[in-house]
Amino acid sequence: MRGDARSMTWTSPRTPAQAVRALAADPRALAFAGGTDLMVAWNMGLLNGRAVVDLSRLTPWRMIRASRDGLSIGSLATHAEILRHPAVRARFSLLADACATVGAAQIQNRGTLGGNLANASPAGDTFPALAVYEAVVHCLGPEGRRALPLLEFFAGVKKTRLKPGELIESVFLPSLPKPARAQFRKVGTRGAQAISKTMFAGALWLDRDGVVADVRLAFGSLAPTVRRLRAAEAFLKGRRLDAATSAEAAQLLDADVSPIDDIRSTRAYRLAASRGLLARFLAGR
Amino acid sequence: MGALTLTVNGRRRTYRGAAFTRLIDVLREDFRLTGTKEGCGEGECGACTVLLDGAPVNSCLIPVGQAAGRRVETVESLGSPEKLSKLQQGFLDCAGAQCGICTPGMLMSAHAHLKSGGKADDASVRTALSGNLCRCTGYQHIVDSVLAAARGKKKKASRK
Repeated sequence: MRGDARSMTWTSPRTPAQAVRALAADPRALAFAGGTDLMVAWNMGLLNGRAVVDLSRLTPWRMIRASRDGLSIGSLATHAEILRHPAVRARFSLLADACATVGAAQIQNRGTLGGNLANASPAGDTFPALAVYEAVVHCLGPEGRRALPLLEFFAGVKKTRLKPGELIESVFLPSLPKPARAQFRKVGTRGAQAISKTMFAGALWLDRDGVVADVRLAFGSLAPTVRRLRAAEAFLKGRRLDAATSAEAAQLLDADVSPIDDIRSTRAYRLAASRGLLARFLAGR
Repeated sequence: MGALTLTVNGRRRTYRGAAFTRLIDVLREDFRLTGTKEGCGEGECGACTVLLDGAPVNSCLIPVGQAAGRRVETVESLGSPEKLSKLQQGFLDCAGAQCGICTPGMLMSAHAHLKSGGKADDASVRTALSGNLCRCTGYQHIVDSVLAAARGKKKKASRK
């Protein structure tokens, strides 16, 4: 069965408080941002009869604000708006690079950062970059505001820790020193429109003598939620980056991820490709 | 149910019906603008691409309620059979259309790219069209068509 438009109720609240009230009043109500995921499910007839709360009138939630402390991205900012923003490109380039790989122009023009997060796909394209930047997700709900670190925001495959009626208001990226090296890589069947088999974001800071001062490494599509490579990061800190160190760090990947065989790839391929991505990053290629 | 208005190809139109009806269905069935085609119905193929406030989007993924008060452009806005746009002429000259189902979406994505000042080189055009699938696999001819139209535009501008 296909989606039945007449079975849906549609409200377009003008204020965040109205949106929260509408969602809290009906536990089955759907928060609707860009619709690039929800419409696919609806077209297949999976969401008939549901109430839809259209968030598109909450225009303040589309703003991207840069300050000395960091960057606040409204939950309704689209991938296109994020990837073109000068402060994102200059200070948080991994996120701009990730947004440029979401679907293609048509999806980037509609899909929002808040929608990407709320959908909580293991393959969410923006998550490795957000994990490297230690993003904080700001939420608004019936009980007020709260902030969740990115890694605590996800509860599992397609599951978040959002409470009933709670919405993502914005995502904050704290300022950080410019890394010596930063890279985002996505591996899929083709450049555009692909859901990733594996996905990497990394940033590296070096001391004057070439020793790793700090490093943040994150992978998507290798576990139910995005993962930071805590073991590899700890191993690398304080070491000089040579071939042996890089190879050993790449072997530590398994400690923090648990890839599976599915329609898009296999566990073995995902591990092999991911070790390759990690080794290339550490080698500066 | 209610009435909402949107601007389609420069004309103010009123739609009466469910706000969750997909934009593509309103365009094709209510406004009889059948140039826009449906391919996959899930945002993968780009056949249904239209411009929403100037930006290319998949009209199969948009409830018409979110197009209320906004500007929609479809392939019918480009030219007419008697007077094709430069881009349409480019597709005709370079055999950019085969079966034709992807063509309206290709035209709208290419139109948005060139109109927004996008580069007229092979890589930029391919990126701009990467959300549009052609199952006749005529990609080379499609890219040639866009580049020919862009070059034509430039020549004309430099003659002025």
